[in-house]
Amino acid sequence: MTTVSMTVNGKAVSAEAAPDTLLSDFIRESLALTGTHVGCDTSQCGACVVMVDGSSIKSCSILVVQAEGAKVTTIEGLASDGELHPMQKAFHENHALQCGFCTPGMMISAIDLVNKNPDLSEADIRHGLEGNICRCTGYHNIVKAVQAAAAEMKG
Amino acid sequence: MPDGNATGIGASVPRKEDRRFITGKGNYTDDINRPNQTYAYFLRSDIAHATLNGVDTSAAEKAGGVVAVFTGADLAAAEVGGVPCGWALTFQNGDPMKEPGHPILAQGKVRHVGDPIAVVIAESRKQAKAAAAEIKVNLSDLPVVVDMTKAIEGGQSVHDEAEDNICFDWAIGDKAEVDAVFEGADHVTSIDIVNNRLIPNSMEPRVAIGDFEDSTGDYTLYTTTQNPHVIRLLMGAFVLKIPEHKLRVVSPDVGGGFGSKIFHYAEEAMVTWASAQINRPVKWTSDRSEAFMSDAHGRDHVTKASLALDKDGKFIGLKEETLANMGGYLSTFGPAIPTYMHSVLMAGVYTTPVIYSNIIAVFTNTVPVDAYRGAGRPEATYIIERLVDRAAREMGISQVELRRKNFIPEDAFPYQTPVALAYDSGNYNATLDTALKNGDVDGFDARKAESAKNGRLRGIGYSTYVEACGAAPSAVAGALGARAGLYECANVRVHPTGSVTVFTGSHSHGQGHETAFAQLVSEKLGMHTENIEIVHGDTEKIPFGMGTFGSRSLAVGGSAIDKALDKIIDKSRKIVSHILEAGEGDIKFADGNFTVAGTDKTMAFGEVALAAYVPHNYPLEELEPGLEETAFYDPTNFTYPAGCHVCEVEVDPTTGVTEVVKFTAADDPGTVVNPMIVEGQVHGGIAQGIGQALLEGCSYDDNGQLLTGSYMDYTMPRADNLPNYVVSTESTACTHNPLGVKGCGEVGAIGSPPAVINAIVDALSDLGVTDVAMPATPQTVWRAIQAAK
Ligand code: FES
Ligand code: FES
Repeated sequence: MTTVSMTVNGKAVSAEAAPDTLLSDFIRESLALTGTHVGCDTSQCGACVVMVDGSSIKSCSILVVQAEGAKVTTIEGLASDGELHPMQKAFHENHALQCGFCTPGMMISAIDLVNKNPDLSEADIRHGLEGNICRCTGYHNIVKAVQAAAAEMKG
Repeated sequence: MPDGNATGIGASVPRKEDRRFITGKGNYTDDINRPNQTYAYFLRSDIAHATLNGVDTSAAEKAGGVVAVFTGADLAAAEVGGVPCGWALTFQNGDPMKEPGHPILAQGKVRHVGDPIAVVIAESRKQAKAAAAEIKVNLSDLPVVVDMTKAIEGGQSVHDEAEDNICFDWAIGDKAEVDAVFEGADHVTSIDIVNNRLIPNSMEPRVAIGDFEDSTGDYTLYTTTQNPHVIRLLMGAFVLKIPEHKLRVVSPDVGGGFGSKIFHYAEEAMVTWASAQINRPVKWTSDRSEAFMSDAHGRDHVTKASLALDKDGKFIGLKEETLANMGGYLSTFGPAIPTYMHSVLMAGVYTTPVIYSNIIAVFTNTVPVDAYRGAGRPEATYIIERLVDRAAREMGISQVELRRKNFIPEDAFPYQTPVALAYDSGNYNATLDTALKNGDVDGFDARKAESAKNGRLRGIGYSTYVEACGAAPSAVAGALGARAGLYECANVRVHPTGSVTVFTGSHSHGQGHETAFAQLVSEKLGMHTENIEIVHGDTEKIPFGMGTFGSRSLAVGGSAIDKALDKIIDKSRKIVSHILEAGEGDIKFADGNFTVAGTDKTMAFGEVALAAYVPHNYPLEELEPGLEETAFYDPTNFTYPAGCHVCEVEVDPTTGVTEVVKFTAADDPGTVVNPMIVEGQVHGGIAQGIGQALLEGCSYDDNGQLLTGSYMDYTMPRADNLPNYVVSTESTACTHNPLGVKGCGEVGAIGSPPAVINAIVDALSDLGVTDVAMPATPQTVWRAIQAAK
């Protein structure tokens, strides 16, 4: 066991973890932040995406020890003071979620995309989200939501 | 209270359930942890077919953190039952289908890769997994049965009960009569079709937690199911012999199902039983690799079909012979899918007078096959619409005209098909017209010329379909072999201050019931959806339910809510009659207010609720206090959503890469409660249909090894594989349920695959290509082009 420390959703956390623990398992099990989901075991689905130091990353693809000292934002940390992030609002308004399982990872990937390229095209969005699988929505409304959020985030 | 009308039927009310999902506060089964819980890991067969000589668990039992290890022998000794099948079919001569047992853990033999052999329960998941590696399994390989055509030749059987691997050989229609029609036909079009095997892949893998409470003898199962009451019934009555009052099944937020979470799975029974053995909660979380080899698969039909036409292009007969894969064991509804969800749809939207459908269900050494979004109806639609497309080409009649010529006309409803079903309503020309217009079919030639300039072959494909939802009268289903009823239950509880909680037997795993069902109440009681709560997914809270599958939630579950609301209004009227001293017949209810005709007397619904719970001025001698009603609704017929899908593709002839560049759907889902949700359901269905047509295909090698066992090998549709969709509705009301609703959950997956493949065939028709198999991957398309050269 090693002790790992990081900032998660603005709060300093410190916990014991086996060195082979994945960041996704640490978030779900040690921190009980169950909004981050695990949908596969080959780092293909994107349900587990979180922000680490400002970039989206599949949290099942790194060990928790690699996030030592990092600033991590999970889905639970997106809204501030009860005010939804524009991406959350846009997903709600555009019916961009059905079962909600892919949604946390999808939104965090989308936020990273928009942060990096505020003027992205529909093709950019579709290409940029190809690491996040959604089985429910057929992506149409997800694309619409990301476009709407991008406009507002620029705003 | 805010105005109810804004949230009634027909409004795109934003979803009430979204907030918890977008803030990470959903409560999925894997998010649940019970005090002192243990973790289960299943050791699964990595061989497709073998005799199981013995399992030595001694080393595993001593491994670190291990609490218990169980094998099939332990379950047999404890007289634990097998997983039951919920639908009994017969052979053509009336003999019952072959129904071999399906043990919770393998006994005697393993029958597919993924068949569970033992379960290890330990303090952590890691320890359970590590200990499982210590189990020694003594297996003797047997020849593997994978290909259905070879399977029915016999030689090696999956089950001793079915030597030729035939579970049943069933038919509907008069073969001699249909053959005679084909003899005299002016034209016969034939096709060989494979409805490719699919893996449902809801994004949330299955999870089950068994929690036995020693002090009371109560069992709780938390599980990712679409129908908690059905699981309670099947597992309680047939597997573990736990009476309903001692067994609670909870299915909280569920991350998609698409059919694969209807069925009762062995893991559910295993964790529930094991929890009582060790007197601690037992949690199992499937990983994705495990899901690929343990969730029931879908489709997998091999079909020969023909359509007979007269010289004018009128359909005069249709026949099919289909081999339907059941896999290694019968899953809950496996036998019903290729028969009562498939053959009875073979008329499609057409007036074909005689039809013969012969289904041979086959055991193979593969994962069990059962319902997957559409379940039998996509297979039927694909056969019919490929046949129609080919017939039009062969006879030189336009795709649209041949369809119109054979549509069941608008004035022919109710329409009795030759294959049992009677369609109540529909307007197939209307959905076709809308799709042609919205898809700008008139502009296709110009777009094709434009594509050609870029070296791309553009094609257009059509599909006009009908399906059957909201199954169905229980008595009819029972006569056809169903071992359960097919009604739904709702309990409407009006609280003293007038807000409402509805307890529904339907289950939402993405469909938005918390919003759409609240809209039903909003419409009827004239109150805002804010004041209405929909509760589902817990057998302890909800009186009963058959759950959600086959697009039945609104048509059957919604109708049950409507019936319960009628009872609430009837009782309210009696209360109002007493308080306002008016005859019941004079009391009108509209917009949340009771009024007495010809007077200015009025009473708001909330006041009635209060009077019911504070019965000071109340007709207690005739009426019980309180305002809560339960209704069970048993439909009198299926509902028949229908529509037209038009697809345009561009094929790169040098690589075979196919892109869907335009997809237009016009569907008739009956009354639309929430247009936004309906559109979303159609989008998702189309994506799965395009997935089947272009990308997805489960593949086994000759040894029964699953070649597509992860997202590296099984191609899921991703954002950059799919287009935007143009969807619209063109509704006719269902005539036999109180809401006029039909269903929308499956239409996308049912209508779309033939539209896509017909479009590819169209694009390649100038090259002489007449058929392309699903999934039309670049390699498949490229090979089809080369073969035609
Ligand atoms: S769980 Fe991380 S990509 Fe699937
Ligand atoms: S909303 Fe269900 S997987 Fe995306």
